[in-house]
Amino acid sequence: MAKFVVDVNEKWCKGCGLCVAICPKKVLEFNERVKSEPVRIDDCIGCHQCENICPDFAITVKEAKPNA
Amino acid sequence: MPSQEVLNWLRTRFFPHIWCPGCGHGIIMHALLRALVDLGKKKEETVIASGIGCSSRMPGYIDACTLHTTHGRSLAFATGVKLANPELTVIDVMGDGDCTAIGGNHFIHACRRNIDITAIVMNNNIYGMTGGQASPTTPVGAYATTAPYGVLDVPFDICKLAAGAGASYVARATVAHPLLIEKYVRNAVSKKGFAVVEVVTHCHTQFGRKNKRPRPIDNINFFKDNSVMNNKASNMTLEELQGKIVIGEFVNIELPEYIEQYKNLIEEVGGNRG
Ligand SMILES: Cc1ncc(C[n+]2csc(CCOP(=O)(O)OP(=O)(O)O)c2C)c(N)n1
Ligand code: SF4
Ligand code: SF4
Ligand code: SF4
Ligand SMILES: [Mg+2]
Repeated sequence: MAKFVVDVNEKWCKGCGLCVAICPKKVLEFNERVKSEPVRIDDCIGCHQCENICPDFAITVKEAKPNA
Repeated sequence: MPSQEVLNWLRTRFFPHIWCPGCGHGIIMHALLRALVDLGKKKEETVIASGIGCSSRMPGYIDACTLHTTHGRSLAFATGVKLANPELTVIDVMGDGDCTAIGGNHFIHACRRNIDITAIVMNNNIYGMTGGQASPTTPVGAYATTAPYGVLDVPFDICKLAAGAGASYVARATVAHPLLIEKYVRNAVSKKGFAVVEVVTHCHTQFGRKNKRPRPIDNINFFKDNSVMNNKASNMTLEELQGKIVIGEFVNIELPEYIEQYKNLIEEVGGNRG
């Protein structure tokens, strides 16, 4: 089970691609609306680099709650 | 939209913000807010002032006591606020044009006055808002709308300028190092005296497009590849440092702070006029 949840606020994401490029584990990709989306969440190491590089405050990384 | 505590500092009704997709200014705002949350600051006791420019739109998005003033003059407004109510935490956010071109005079004098204000300079090497004119920090040879054959003027080093003018805290980070920005802003805000944090950032729209860094990530990679910490830089030759961005804390000293001196003076010479 994935240890982390990566939430993307699509209303604020402008598809700049910084998070997609910065993620060391290639967790994120653009979806068909050119918004960032976690596609390999099991690989996420919770480093918060995507969150901190996002100029639009559109990404939140949280620890996954067991059974949630 | 990181932690709820950071979100609480945003005027979310104005989001998504006006900056271009990937603009570095948002990375800096994000780091500034994390620093304020970390320091336990209160919105009603925190003032964010700015002048004019893309960078200077930042206070509009921050839910604190904010002040969007005239181009280059924000430090004068910030100084008035701080003198009138020294209990407030006052942070002045500026662009490179705002701070070192039209506002250059205000900037150097605020440094030597050493009033307890934090200045955050978002240096994207260009006038972003008005269409990409060269600023006093555009590198020699770089292209701008006002320099179609490349800039000839030697740029200011904002940190050296601030150190030379007498600021008590001076540091530089880049937007490729968001945690470093956060740390230096924390230290700067905690400093009693005039503190300057230069954040090297990008305007891919106006600068990058003309200088082989058109995408936001090209700029982040450029900053990562060309930044050198100051302790390492001190062992490098001038030649090796060509084109490098030296990051780190350059000044962190205790100097007499203006408001304290002002209060002392009033106590000494004011008072009884009978
Ligand atoms: C007195 C005055 N002169 C000129 C302008 C036009 N102007 C607006 S923003 C700007 C430059 C902004 O550059 P910078 O501070 O680097 O901010 P950026 O947009 O790059 O973030 C200029 C010249 C103005 N608004 N007011
Ligand atoms: S960094 Fe932010 S705005 Fe840019 S693509 Fe990722 S989530 Fe969207
Ligand atoms: S937290 Fe780190 S590993 Fe997880 S998606 Fe973000 S950048 Fe990638
Ligand atoms: S023009 Fe440049 S500085 Fe202004 S919002 Fe766009 S990228 Fe940022
Ligand atoms: Mg600028």
